[in-house]
Amino acid sequence: MSQIGSFALLLALALSVYSFGAGVIALVRGGPGSERLGETARRAGIATFAAVLLAAVVLVTAAFHDDFSIAYIFHHSNRDLPWPYKFATLWSGQEGSLLFWSLLLATYGLVLRLRHKTDPRLFAYAGVVIAAVQIFFLLLLNFAAHPFAIMQGALPDDGNGLNPLLQYPEMVIHPPMLYLGYVGFTVPFAFGLAALVMRYPGEKWIRITRQWTMVTWGFLTCGIFLGAHWAYSVLGWGGYWGWDPVENASLMPWLTGTAFLHSVMMQEKRGMLKIWNMWLVFATFWLAILGTYLTRSGVISSVHAFAQSGIGDWFKWFLALTIAVFAFFFFKNKSHLRSEHKLESLISRESSFLFNNLLFVLACFTVLWGTWFPLLSELVQGTKVTVGAPFFNSVAVPVALLLLLLTAVGPLLAWRKTSLESLKRNFLWPACGALGVGILMMIFGVRLWKEASHFYSLMAAMLSALVILTVVSEFVRGGRVISRHTGQGLFASMLHLAHRNTRRYGGYIVHFGVAMVVIGILGTPFNKEAEKEMGFGDKMAIGPYTLVCQSYTQEENANYSNEWAIINVFKGDEQLTTMYPERRFYKASQQPQTLPRIYPTIRQDLFLVKDLYLVYEGRNQDTGRPIIKAHLNPLVPWIWTGLIVIIFGTVIALIPNAAPIRVPAPARVQTAPVGAGD
Amino acid sequence: MARPRVRPKQLAQVALLSIAILFLMGAGDEGSRFNDLGHRMMCVCGCSQILLECNHVGCSYSDRMRGELMAALDRGDNDDLLLQGFVQKYGTTVIAAPTTKGFNRVAWIMPFVALGLGLATMVLVVRAWKNRPTPALADGVQPLGGPELEQFRERAQKETEL
Repeated sequence: MSQIGSFALLLALALSVYSFGAGVIALVRGGPGSERLGETARRAGIATFAAVLLAAVVLVTAAFHDDFSIAYIFHHSNRDLPWPYKFATLWSGQEGSLLFWSLLLATYGLVLRLRHKTDPRLFAYAGVVIAAVQIFFLLLLNFAAHPFAIMQGALPDDGNGLNPLLQYPEMVIHPPMLYLGYVGFTVPFAFGLAALVMRYPGEKWIRITRQWTMVTWGFLTCGIFLGAHWAYSVLGWGGYWGWDPVENASLMPWLTGTAFLHSVMMQEKRGMLKIWNMWLVFATFWLAILGTYLTRSGVISSVHAFAQSGIGDWFKWFLALTIAVFAFFFFKNKSHLRSEHKLESLISRESSFLFNNLLFVLACFTVLWGTWFPLLSELVQGTKVTVGAPFFNSVAVPVALLLLLLTAVGPLLAWRKTSLESLKRNFLWPACGALGVGILMMIFGVRLWKEASHFYSLMAAMLSALVILTVVSEFVRGGRVISRHTGQGLFASMLHLAHRNTRRYGGYIVHFGVAMVVIGILGTPFNKEAEKEMGFGDKMAIGPYTLVCQSYTQEENANYSNEWAIINVFKGDEQLTTMYPERRFYKASQQPQTLPRIYPTIRQDLFLVKDLYLVYEGRNQDTGRPIIKAHLNPLVPWIWTGLIVIIFGTVIALIPNAAPIRVPAPARVQTAPVGAGD
Repeated sequence: MARPRVRPKQLAQVALLSIAILFLMGAGDEGSRFNDLGHRMMCVCGCSQILLECNHVGCSYSDRMRGELMAALDRGDNDDLLLQGFVQKYGTTVIAAPTTKGFNRVAWIMPFVALGLGLATMVLVVRAWKNRPTPALADGVQPLGGPELEQFRERAQKETEL
C-alpha cells in the first residue's frame, strides 16, 4: 500500500512541475502553439489533484486497515481507535497534515482550473502560481516529511494511538476548517500576483477573487473559533484563548485577511489602495505559510507540541523565496498600481477604511511581534522571556476596542463625504443606547477604577451595544424606505433590502456577530472558580449554585478506561441538572486526559447566560479523595452564538443580489413641445 | 401637537452626571493581589499556561508555586520583591510578560512606534490624496463642486434615504 502512496506523491510532483513549467513557457512565449501547451499545463494541474487525492486515500485506507508497516500510521493510530479519529489520522501528525495541505491546495487549484473560461489568461497565470506553491509542498512530502515511510525492524502489533487531546469530535472538523482557510488564501494571492505580473487592467481580478476571499475567510474564522471551543471543552482550564504562538499564527492571516476584505471595497468602488491591497493579499498568504511553519517546525515553544520536526529550514527558504518573487514583480510593475481618485473628505467611508486597515495591520503586527519577541530577546540579550496573555491583553485589547468603534461608525459614513448633520442624525440614538448599557453595567457593579479589565469590559459592552444598535438601525431605516415604496411589512422589507445588497447587509450581520463575540469575551474579568476535594454528599458553592457530589463511577472500553464524577447542581432548593465531569486514561498512548462538562444557564439567565464548567482534576495523592474544580464563566455562550451569526452573515454576503424593486415613476411634467428634439 | 424636543446637550449632561455619580459609588474596593500576581506568572511545568490557570494533569509545579506565592504574600513582600524571588528560583520565563527594564522595554514600545509610524504614513497618504487634482471629464464638462454639489447630494439623500 505504501508503494502506491509513494508513487502517487511522486507523480503529483512531476505533474505540478510540468504544470508550472509548461504554463510559464506558454505564457512567456505566446503565439498559436502556446495555447495548446497552456492547455496541457492546465490539465496537468487537474491531474495533480487526482494524484494527491490518491495519496490521501491510501493513507486513510492504511489507517482503517491498521497497516502499522507505515510509520505514520503506527505513530498516530491504533487498532481500537474509533473510526472518525482514524479518518482524522490524515491531519493528526506532521506528514499527514502536510499531505492534507497539499490535497486542499490541489482541490482549490482544480476548481480554479475548471472555471478558467471566466478569463483564460488571468486564470492561466494564477494556475502557474498555484502550481509553484504545490511544488513546494510536494517536495516536502517526497523528500522531507514522507507520509509513507516504512517502519524499520519487526512489525508492531498495535500503534501508539492518537494524542488524547485530539480524540474529541471537534478535532475531526477544526483542522480541516483551519486548513481550508490557510490554504484558501493561496488563491487570492495567486490572482493578485497574476494581475501584478501581467499588468492586468482594471479591478476585475479583485471582483473574481472576492468570493474566494470571503469563502476562505469564513473557513478560517470557523477554524479559529472551533479551535477556541475545543480548547474550552477539552483542555479544562476554563478558558478558550491563551495567546499561544500557534493560536496567534492562525490569528495573523485572519487579521490581514479581514483588512483585505474591507480595503478591497476601496479599490472596487473608488480605484484606491491598489498597492496596499496587493501587499495585503501577499501578507495574508505569507502569514498563512508562516503559521504552518510555526505549527510544524517547533521553532517557538507552544502547547501544540504534537507536531514538531526539522522541516523549518524548508519553510524558511520558501518564505524568503516568496518575498523575493513578489517584491521583484511589485517593483517591476508598481507603476501599474496608481490610485485614480482623490479623497474628498476626512469624514467619509474611505477614511474609515483607511483607519480600519491601519488598526487591523497594527493588531497583526502586535501579535507577530509578541510571538517572535522571545526569540529576539534570546538573540539580543541571551535570555528567553515569556510573552503571554498579560502582554497581548494590554496591547491588543485597546486596538480591538478602537476597531469595534470603527465597526459601529464605519457603516454610517457615506462614500466620498458625509455631512456632520447626517452623522449626528444616524448616530444619536445608537450612542444613547450604548451609554445606557454603560450606566446599567455600572449600576450592577462594574467598577472602572477597580481593574483595567473592568474598564475594558465596560468599554467593550458599550461599543458592542453601539455596533448592534447601528446595525439594527441601518436595517430598520432601509426597511422603512422599501416598505413605504412597496407596501410590504417592515420585516419583509428588511429581508428584501438584504437580498438587494447581500454583500453590504451580510457584512452588517457579520458585524453583529462580532459584537456578540465581544460580549462573550467581556465576561472574562467576572469569572469565578472554586476547587474542593469532594467525597459522597460533599457540597461546594460557586456563585448562586451549590454542587453536591452524588457518586463516582468507572467504565472501561478497548480505547480507554475512565472515571466519572456525578454532581448534582442546585440553585436554591431547585435541582437544575446533573453533570458528569470525566477523567480518562488512554491505553495505547498511556496518557491521562480530563474532559470537563459544561452547563450553560440559558434557561435561568437568558441574555446573562453563564457557563457552569466542571473539571474532575484527579485524586489527591495523599488522601486519595477526588478533586473537583468548578468555574462559573459569564456570557461565554455568546461567543459561540456569535460565530454562528458571523458564518450566517458570510453566507448571506456570498448570495448574489436580487434585482432592484421597480417603483412606478411619477408622471413626468412635459417641459418641451412635442417634436422639439427633432 | 409638537413633541417637546430633547436637546442632545441636555442628554449629554445627564449622562455625564450619572457617570460621575457612579464613579464615586463604591470607590476603594481592593483587588486580590494573589489573583493579580498569579496571573502575571507562568506555570513552569512546560504547559505554557498562566500559573493560576494551569490544571495540567499531574502538574508538579503549579500547586507548589501557588503555595510559595501565598507564603510570600503572608510575609508581606512587595510585588517587585516577590516577582524577583520567583525569577531567581525559576528563571526569567516565569514572568508572563516582558518587564519594563532594559531591552525588554522594546517589547512594549514597539507596538506604539508602529502605531505612530502607521498614523504618520496615513496622514501623508491622506494629504497626497486630498491634494490630487480632480480628474478632467470628457468633452470639456466642468466637474461639479461647492454648494451646487452639496445640493445634489442632499437631494439624493432625501430621495433614497439610505
